[in-house]
Amino acid sequence: MQKEEIIRKINQLLIEEIEIDETQIYPAADLKKDLGIDSLDFVDLFVIVENNFGFKMKAEEMADVKSLQDFYSYIINRINPN
Amino acid sequence: MSRVVITGMGIYSVIGKNLTEVKESLYHGRSGIVFDPLRKEMGFRSALTGMTDRPQLKGILDRRMRIGLPAQGEYAYISTVEALHQAGIEQSYLDANEVGILFGNDSSAVPVVESVDILRQKKDTMMIGSGYIFQSMNSTVSMNLSVIFRLKGVNFTLSGACASGSHAIGIGYLLIKQGLQDMIICGGAQEINPESTASFDALNAFSIRESEPTKASRPFDRDRDGLVPSGGAATVIIESYESAMKRGAKIYGEIIGYGFSSNGEHISMPNVDGPVRAMEKAIRDAGIKPSAIDYINAHATSTQAGDANEASSISMVFGNSRPLVSSTKSMTGHEMWMGGASEVIYSTLMMNGGFVAPNINFENPDEITAKINIAAETTPCEIGAFLSNSFGFGGTNSSLIIRKV
Repeated sequence: MQKEEIIRKINQLLIEEIEIDETQIYPAADLKKDLGIDSLDFVDLFVIVENNFGFKMKAEEMADVKSLQDFYSYIINRINPN
Repeated sequence: MSRVVITGMGIYSVIGKNLTEVKESLYHGRSGIVFDPLRKEMGFRSALTGMTDRPQLKGILDRRMRIGLPAQGEYAYISTVEALHQAGIEQSYLDANEVGILFGNDSSAVPVVESVDILRQKKDTMMIGSGYIFQSMNSTVSMNLSVIFRLKGVNFTLSGACASGSHAIGIGYLLIKQGLQDMIICGGAQEINPESTASFDALNAFSIRESEPTKASRPFDRDRDGLVPSGGAATVIIESYESAMKRGAKIYGEIIGYGFSSNGEHISMPNVDGPVRAMEKAIRDAGIKPSAIDYINAHATSTQAGDANEASSISMVFGNSRPLVSSTKSMTGHEMWMGGASEVIYSTLMMNGGFVAPNINFENPDEITAKINIAAETTPCEIGAFLSNSFGFGGTNSSLIIRKV
């Protein structure tokens, strides 16, 4: 899966599944402060990622994921490790 | 001691999704019972049930508020919005005052089944997501609504089997009477789905009159053959008389008596003594004579033993005064955890509308049910006070008395 396609898919899932307003979505957005993703939403992101990208997120790997760009990079690296 | 009054009501039931629709159905004796083919496919002995749609709350509540709500929580949200609206209570009032919530609920089967199904399939609890835990607890309704409406007062759920909703109003009445709360959102909620009723179907307690769904629930009738499960949600806003006066609120009724008892016998077989003691306690609490009760909304669910024992109990307590009796379960089916609250609303609508709703399908009494004065047709009646009975498994009994103000 190409980088652009992954980013498009993540944005679509955030809008449809987490119901984040499309206008709030930009790479520098802080997941908690700007997008309002709380600890319970993170639980749902685990399910969404596995159902849509086919791998399990690990809580310990999410510690450094603060912005949407961090989240894009994390997913991209998990899908295309090289 | 504070006087306790009802200043708002809301209902989402199988005979109507708001007070206006429900009052029409009660007056015209309309049944909400259907045949559900899914139950037959699943292996139910009886496919009869009350049925209603799930409210669509997308666009009304945000995602976090929605995903913790099971079906009965959604019904209860709708009934509570209607009750608050009728009471003239806006969010600003709830933000500025200590308003509580007490709901009757005794199961939430579907989220339990679905979350365990996910676990069995995926072998990973992380795949269950964040919503099921808040949907699956018995306290799901009070838990969710207290957050949605930002409530700051008493907040818990009562599980008292098929008397849950009635006990919720009774305990709310006692808290306000004692001066511990000024206003409480009380009610009852009941899920409608095969998962929650399969084990009840196994007890051979449901009517199997599947060829005539609207005639299946026939409380007190000689040919009754069992209950029909049903559900929905009902909300009443109860508050101290002083609070209602201060707000200039319209009063729909005053709760004057709450009686409770336990049979101390069989887990599912009802008796006569327990209900007698609950009714007598409610009458003593109200400080009235039995003859002051003009109408009894019976618990009667359309089972042979339950209806006969309740008829005997009513006959023993009320003797020659013979108030009109009807079981609205003839139309709604057995709303179980919700029934004690919804039946207070049905009866209050009758009291304010000047009629007694019919006990539909009552065609022939048997030897015992002939002892009481059953309203088989819609009957014009000035109700000054009514008594509402609710009984449940384990022998829990609740009787509430409400009068016109």
